[in-house]
Amino acid sequence: MGDHSHDSPTGSDVVAAAGQSETERFQDPGIPPHRPRLADTDPRAAKRAERQVAILFAVSVIGTLLFFVGYFAFDPNASIGTLRLQNLFLGLGTAFAMLGIGVGIVHWAKTLMPDHEVSEERHAIRTEDDRVAAEKIVEDILEETGIKRRPLIRNTIIGALALAPLPAIVMFRDLDNSSLSVDRLRHTMWKEGVRLTRDPSGTPIKASDVTIGSAFHVIPEGLNESPNKLEEKAKAVVLLMRLDPAALHPSPGREDWGYNGIVAYSKICTHVGCPVALYEQQTHHLLCPCHQSTFDLTQECKVIFGPANRPLPQLPIKVDSEGYLVAQSDFHEPVGPSYWERG
Amino acid sequence: MSASTASTNYTPKTKVGRITNFVDERVGGSGILREFGRKVFPDHWSFMFGEVALYSFVILLLSGTFLTFFFDPSMTETVYKGSFVPLKGVEMSAAYNSSLNISFDIRGGLFMRQVHHWAALLFVASIAVHMLRVFFTGAFRKPREMNWVVGGFLLILAMAEGFTGYSLPDDLLSGNGLRIIDGVIKSIPIVGTYISFFLFGGEFPGTHIISRLYTLHILLIPAIILLMIAVHLFMVVVHKHTQYPGPGRNDHNVVGYPLGPVYAAKAGGFFFIVFGVVALMAAAFTINPIWNYGPYDPSPVSAGTQPDWYIGFVDGALRLMPGWLFGIPMEWHVPLPWGTNTLTLNVLLPALVPAGIIFAVLFTYPWIERWITKDNREHHVLDRPRNAPTRTAIGVAGFILYCVMWAAASSDLIATHFHVSLNDVTYWLRALFFIGPIIGFIVSKRISLALQRKDREIALHGRETGRIVRLPHGEFIEVHAPVDEYKRYKLVGFESPLPLPATPNAQGVVDRREKRRAKLSRWFFEDRVAPVTPRELEAAHGHGHHEEIAAEEDKKAVIR
Repeated sequence: MGDHSHDSPTGSDVVAAAGQSETERFQDPGIPPHRPRLADTDPRAAKRAERQVAILFAVSVIGTLLFFVGYFAFDPNASIGTLRLQNLFLGLGTAFAMLGIGVGIVHWAKTLMPDHEVSEERHAIRTEDDRVAAEKIVEDILEETGIKRRPLIRNTIIGALALAPLPAIVMFRDLDNSSLSVDRLRHTMWKEGVRLTRDPSGTPIKASDVTIGSAFHVIPEGLNESPNKLEEKAKAVVLLMRLDPAALHPSPGREDWGYNGIVAYSKICTHVGCPVALYEQQTHHLLCPCHQSTFDLTQECKVIFGPANRPLPQLPIKVDSEGYLVAQSDFHEPVGPSYWERG
Repeated sequence: MSASTASTNYTPKTKVGRITNFVDERVGGSGILREFGRKVFPDHWSFMFGEVALYSFVILLLSGTFLTFFFDPSMTETVYKGSFVPLKGVEMSAAYNSSLNISFDIRGGLFMRQVHHWAALLFVASIAVHMLRVFFTGAFRKPREMNWVVGGFLLILAMAEGFTGYSLPDDLLSGNGLRIIDGVIKSIPIVGTYISFFLFGGEFPGTHIISRLYTLHILLIPAIILLMIAVHLFMVVVHKHTQYPGPGRNDHNVVGYPLGPVYAAKAGGFFFIVFGVVALMAAAFTINPIWNYGPYDPSPVSAGTQPDWYIGFVDGALRLMPGWLFGIPMEWHVPLPWGTNTLTLNVLLPALVPAGIIFAVLFTYPWIERWITKDNREHHVLDRPRNAPTRTAIGVAGFILYCVMWAAASSDLIATHFHVSLNDVTYWLRALFFIGPIIGFIVSKRISLALQRKDREIALHGRETGRIVRLPHGEFIEVHAPVDEYKRYKLVGFESPLPLPATPNAQGVVDRREKRRAKLSRWFFEDRVAPVTPRELEAAHGHGHHEEIAAEEDKKAVIR
């Protein structure tokens, strides 16, 4: 392809020549002449098309029958494999029933119904007369109400209409039928002496059970009997891991929050609250599978990658007289995603 | 009544006539049939996307009604006793329990669930593709701006309908989706925490959310969608359909097939085809196998979680946003007179800003373009995308922005499938979020202009025949065959507006707003390829043999 000087897009001569005047534009040649289809001229082709359409409709009938076979021929209490087969039969039956009709009709329309293109005039959506009349009617109506001349009426009705929907909004107050305390987000089931137990069985964990490199999904003791089990669990789940105590670098004041290299961190991501369920044993990284926030266990679960901003809160733990792991206290900060009142 | 006098004059002779007469004398309707029975509709494959959306909505209503008869939207704890062995004896909500029963113990229930889910995915997808078609062909221009806005609302409603439905089975996957929504809502300043409490009826997850989403999903949102579809179709009738440019087509006519029988048959048949394809997908491809996920529990989560595709772009934006940006925390503690409040920009910004920008531009674009071009005429003939290069480039840029976020929602799957580092995928996508739309803009604009030049080439010199001829002096040329006048008109019959310089207003002043508009107009129209004029065509042919011209110019091109 050449870069022809006379079709250069920026050439000034072209721009001048391409004015919108009618003489400089091609005349519309009109709708192209109709090209007859094979079925228009050859009666045998038309007959063939007719047969094809009929076959497609017959396929639809077979599809419907196939559906009934699928529905009744399978034992409803059978295995998953049978269920899958039944689903396939029902689906294929429906698909053939529908596609037979659909493809048949479209084939009929495309081969046998007239395909002459028709031109129809468009009409203006509304005439200017109407618009003028409408404007006048609105003006007249406004005039007759006197709303422009009587600002007292206008202002009071605006006030009334603005206030009237408020009850409809306030009515929804009891969507949360409680005192709406934000404070509840700060507390979990953990408190001093609550045992760390396995999720979901609820069996307590001995410190000696936790070998180096292992990780436990932990819930507080008594969670399974709690009346608000899921709400409590959504805040209280904890990941328990043990690593070489030398690998941990606790900050001042947090040295005794773990026990012998065993540490417990909230499992709820500080980003938007997914469970941080993936523990990479070699690198000591915790990864949230939802948005890939990565926390470094050796740096008190500091964020090292991804959209989270805050480290995972640590649950201070100790060992009770029987050797079971228990909490020293609740978390020292709210777990999970940030919220306005978090502070 | 005049109808009674008319009926005495008209005696129907055929069976159809008698039925028509019966109906018309009682309720009228012949006028409507007269108006619409032979109404002309233009035909083009790209007009089918809107039809797909309409038909998948009908399928959704049908399959959804079936599902409501068996679904129990309650979060009451129950123990599973159905026929799916791995979950026997597991504690779960009544909603999840009934969803499992629909899948395993109601014959055809699994099929209906899969039809419903596939049709939902198709519904949103076809709306999106339909809107892309409308955008790239300029079908949103006067008089259709308001219908474009209605379409935009339908897209948002479809996404809301999809998300509320996705959450209903109360399985682990959708529960984690709700948890993310809860986290996003809590990031909203001042009211976020309370909205979360009101939505969930207390703390997450509570025992109310499923029944509330159910009401939204089967009553409120579908009712609004139905209303919007009615408005949308009413406006299509008022405006009549747009048509692609071509011989015989202009802004004052509509060329196509009459509604009865051809168009009605094609469109009606197409409903069955859409239904058939959805049924085929539901038969062969598993969608949302909730039995694999288990009931919702705040502790476990499966790796590689994905939202339904239409929520992906928001989820991807959440993944792309770093929590720390060059050592600056994205969570701010705002000291206020009553204490410190938390502004969590690492969630708030990605959740609201990209979607906000995309929908703000989408809703206002018809007015933005009208302001820049000062084009107040009615347009019924579509633009071929290449003939509006800047608009096409804007659309591609927006599309790429969307797709980068969308891809980011699968960043973990990209990493595992292609054996690359997850962190690298994220870094690349972060860069592409900013660079991608710019590259897309430039490249697509250049492609549009190149296609226009190709059109000029074909209009002037005809199409390449592939026939190589050796001339007496030894030169080889390819013979070009001129195109017929209909084909040529399609290539040359478009408008290529010039930049509109700033003009003074009524006071004779060119204000800053007008200067800005003129600048944008130049940006919009300065790169242009003018359509071929008859004079140019004559000149191209006037140089003697056409083939020789082509050969001559090809030679020049080689020398350069």
